[in-house]
Amino acid sequence: MFEVGVKIAVSLTQISIVMGVVLLTVMFLTLAERKVIGWMQDRMGPMEVGPYGILQPIADGLKLFFKEDIIPSGANKYLFTLAPIIALVAALVGFAVIPFGPNMRVDVFGVQVQPFVISDINIGILYILAFTSIGAYGIILGGWASNSKYSLLGGLRAAAQLISYELNVGLAIVGVLLLAGSLSLVKITEDQCCWIWNWFWLAVPRGGGVPIPQILAFVVFVISAVAETNRLPFDLPEAESELVAGFFTEYSGMRFAFFFLAEYANMILVSCIAAALFLGGWNAPAPFLQFHGSLEHLAWLSGIMWFAVKVYFFLFLFFWIRATLPRLRYDQLMRFGWKVMLPIALGNIVVTAIAAYFFPR
Amino acid sequence: MAQLLFFYLAGVIVLTAILVVGLRNPIYSVLSLLIMFFHVAGLYVSLHAEFLAAVQIIVYAGAILVLYLFVVMLLNVKREDRYHYQFPIGALLGVAILTEAVVLAIQRGYSEDVVPSPPTSELSFTGNTEAIGESLFTTYLLPFEIASLILLVAMIGAIILAKKDILTR
Repeated sequence: MFEVGVKIAVSLTQISIVMGVVLLTVMFLTLAERKVIGWMQDRMGPMEVGPYGILQPIADGLKLFFKEDIIPSGANKYLFTLAPIIALVAALVGFAVIPFGPNMRVDVFGVQVQPFVISDINIGILYILAFTSIGAYGIILGGWASNSKYSLLGGLRAAAQLISYELNVGLAIVGVLLLAGSLSLVKITEDQCCWIWNWFWLAVPRGGGVPIPQILAFVVFVISAVAETNRLPFDLPEAESELVAGFFTEYSGMRFAFFFLAEYANMILVSCIAAALFLGGWNAPAPFLQFHGSLEHLAWLSGIMWFAVKVYFFLFLFFWIRATLPRLRYDQLMRFGWKVMLPIALGNIVVTAIAAYFFPR
Repeated sequence: MAQLLFFYLAGVIVLTAILVVGLRNPIYSVLSLLIMFFHVAGLYVSLHAEFLAAVQIIVYAGAILVLYLFVVMLLNVKREDRYHYQFPIGALLGVAILTEAVVLAIQRGYSEDVVPSPPTSELSFTGNTEAIGESLFTTYLLPFEIASLILLVAMIGAIILAKKDILTR
């Protein structure tokens, strides 16, 4: 009984820390995005609230919190309320299997716990795919329940887009799974140990041998991830020049904030997956860049730092792409997904499978 | 504990399955089907088939049901009364199948072991993902290939039906 209590307490602590960090990162991202895009467009971004506008996220949060919560007439009240909750929950539960730091075990009152991953389940990556696909319901139902043409069109676009690009995400990671021989994110990350060329984007085997690079899968994954999170240039479900704000046109106040949080949490989640699958997760580019020698016991700290660096690189990439590329047309989006990305992802699986058969790792 | 979990999952599955055909609003039908898929996945997890549970959610809840929802929303049917006239036939069939189930249950007799215990063979040690892959590509290779061929035929058939003009051109 005592052991169960300790396990629950440890899990709850881990969950609250991860949720806290994720929500803080979301706050930071809202500011960072406006600042970065401002600089890229030779503007200054938000400057009014606090020095250099650093208190802007807090002001935005307060504004959303105190805004009137409107349910449009003719809307389906239950689904209108349920939709943002589904979207946010689906975005947040994925963090349960992300390894943020080295796979080590710590003894807490006689119970072995893994401090840097909430739950190391053996189907980790499938679990994330399952719940990101559930997130689509939030968007579709939100669009339908609003009883508005713009919202409905946004929801329909989201449904088609998410299904098309989810497929590419799923197929892009198969190559990595073939090389790692596991679905657990912890094991996949551990497999990429040591040097930068051991990470799965180049995938040189640890003891030397024939590399089976996954760089094509990496590119397909990143592009599809941008499409799956509804970010520019793939933000057709919320294209403001065509659909006002797409599926959340009718939302305001906290419900709107939920959709907003879900979008940013999804961005962080796909960045974490990309870092863990293709860029070695918490592994440093070279062994001597991890704390070692007399600082050996602090190696977990540098591991977490390397993971954060990689995640923030992807988050910056999201902003960068947004500031650079114009929005695709809807038919271009579909054609690109099915006729360009899908064949590349499938070809990568065939080549990787054959190579992995002849040159086992 | 395991029995309690099983009865909860089974109860919700039966209830939501009835709601799928019973509710008048097609969107609500789709949503109760979604809840049902989740509980079926829960049933798989309680049988230590995590891979199957994840695939159940990815394929059925994540892809197929989204397409259902897509179609229902596109047609914009607020109420679908047409199919509720089939109630008498449905009731007849339902009673027949229920009787069959009850008769079978009485014949088999009461068993203490409601929840099948997880497999204790060597499969459970290698992990169920590997086990599924192993058996699909060795023991059940032919059925597996036939199933994929049937799916391919269905896919081509759908394209032919949707694009009739490509044959005449």
